[in-house]
Amino acid sequence: MSPAAWPRNDKSDERLLLIDPRARRFGDARIRDLPGQVRAGDLLVLNDAATLPASLAATSPRGRAVEVRLIATREDGAWSVAMLGEGDWRTPTEHRPPPDPLAPGDVVSFAEGLRATVERVSSISTRLLDVRFDRTGAALWRALYRQGRPIQYAYLRGPLDLWHVQTAYASRPWAAEMPSAGRPLSWSVLLEVIRRRARIATVTHAAGLSSTGDAALDAALPLTERFEIPEAPARAVERTRAQRGRVIAVGTSVVRALEGCAALHGRVVAGTGETDLLLSEGFRRRVVDGLLTGLHEPTASHWSLLAAFAPRSLLEAAYAHAESEGYLAHEFGDSSLILAA
Amino acid sequence: MQLEGKTALVTGASAGLGAALARELGRRGVRLVLVARAAAPLEEVAREIRASGGEAHVVPADVGEKESVHAIAGAAAALVGPIDIVIHNASTLGPLPMPLLLDTECEDLARVLEVNLVGPFRLTKAIAGAMVLRGAGTVVHISSDASVEAYARWGAYGVSKAALDHLARIWAAELEGTGVRFISIDPGEMNTRMHADAMPEADPATLAHPAEVAARIVWALAHADTLPNGTRVAASKLGSEAPA
Repeated sequence: MSPAAWPRNDKSDERLLLIDPRARRFGDARIRDLPGQVRAGDLLVLNDAATLPASLAATSPRGRAVEVRLIATREDGAWSVAMLGEGDWRTPTEHRPPPDPLAPGDVVSFAEGLRATVERVSSISTRLLDVRFDRTGAALWRALYRQGRPIQYAYLRGPLDLWHVQTAYASRPWAAEMPSAGRPLSWSVLLEVIRRRARIATVTHAAGLSSTGDAALDAALPLTERFEIPEAPARAVERTRAQRGRVIAVGTSVVRALEGCAALHGRVVAGTGETDLLLSEGFRRRVVDGLLTGLHEPTASHWSLLAAFAPRSLLEAAYAHAESEGYLAHEFGDSSLILAA
Repeated sequence: MQLEGKTALVTGASAGLGAALARELGRRGVRLVLVARAAAPLEEVAREIRASGGEAHVVPADVGEKESVHAIAGAAAALVGPIDIVIHNASTLGPLPMPLLLDTECEDLARVLEVNLVGPFRLTKAIAGAMVLRGAGTVVHISSDASVEAYARWGAYGVSKAALDHLARIWAAELEGTGVRFISIDPGEMNTRMHADAMPEADPATLAHPAEVAARIVWALAHADTLPNGTRVAASKLGSEAPA
């Protein structure tokens, strides 16, 4: 499947591959048709994390150019980051030279005097670090927004701006990469969903990196990610389940937050948490009935997550159909809705 | 609406009404993110609020620049959490002395519209979606009587404020029932011409102190659900709970 190389103008006209796992059928629709797939009493759950300006150009202690990719901030103010060698998004990550190995105490320098000190090197990969910036609060956020750019990959046509990678309902900047399943959702579509007496709720999930080009690190993705489920959405999930509505997750990050929370507590409860949940074929879903997700290359981890929602043979047939129909892949590409009617 | 503990973004907060609004909201326990172009006076306002026990963060930025919008919205939400209240107070008169329309450079009109109209539109667009999903939020447009009256030499500014008033009405119409509310407030004292017309013998300094107007606007925020959504009101018609 070809990747979408740039955001398209009319999101509601993007394609929507409908996959019904119970009827074992698939069909073609458009994003504007999504409200027609949702019934009164259903609950659409969105990830409202805004996308960070997570890619920062920096200099290693030995004076070499590196790229720092922010993954997540920790409770104590340290940041989990991935280091990439010289170059930028135009070079596929796997072809980027490795960065200088860093050790605790090393200092990475950015523009305008911003510095970060390495506190910890992960056992997963020497490129996965905890660092602490030399400033906090508004001063740090100002610097990050001045210097950072969205993380992006080599199949895109040009450099992205932050407005390309925000959903129409983004709130706190927790996501290293855009929670892209919600990207095609315009407010025209969302308000129509509400008008049809379906509900919409949000969780915030710190969606991480999708690829770094470092085999050891990529094999460990997704890393443990933090999430927050406020009171109202937790109640909405419980009510929807009690009233036999369908809980539809918009994006795999929402699946991880809801199912990760349910795995910890037996049901969805309000609060914050972290999850390292990995879904796979045969996973017994406690909460989520359906999934709206982007079309991606059928890599092992993406397929195994989808296989928790639909039989693999159906997914393969649907994907072959989508490919022959010219559907586009990746974060600016087309979408699929896996939902039993 | 209980204001204590709520989060608010105030633009143009380095001086005048914006600074007064920031102080009043800070006094009421609202967690603040303050925006203005000039960093030093903005930081001074924030320092004053923090010294009185309030919470205030500063994001120096030009609301008329497209590149600033996600930096403002993102940094604000990172610092205080999802935003409950936005006050679009920043505005520019354009070149001074204010020219007749026939003497107004097209670029100057465009710049006034960028700061006074397009900037607030962009910032609301970046924040109000999350408000709709949380089912609550208040957006205030600081208006002017120049939005209603056609004053000579107030062309660019008056047009921008008239459009800003209407922007609030259309936002309100489109988001009716979502819990997100829009109000345009004419602060009154900002237009000395109107004041002089109404009360030529009065000393404007005694009648229209920004702190007094700010208290009325904050009252409107606390009672936003009693005002028609999208409405335009004069600050002088609003109540006030400010201590003497």
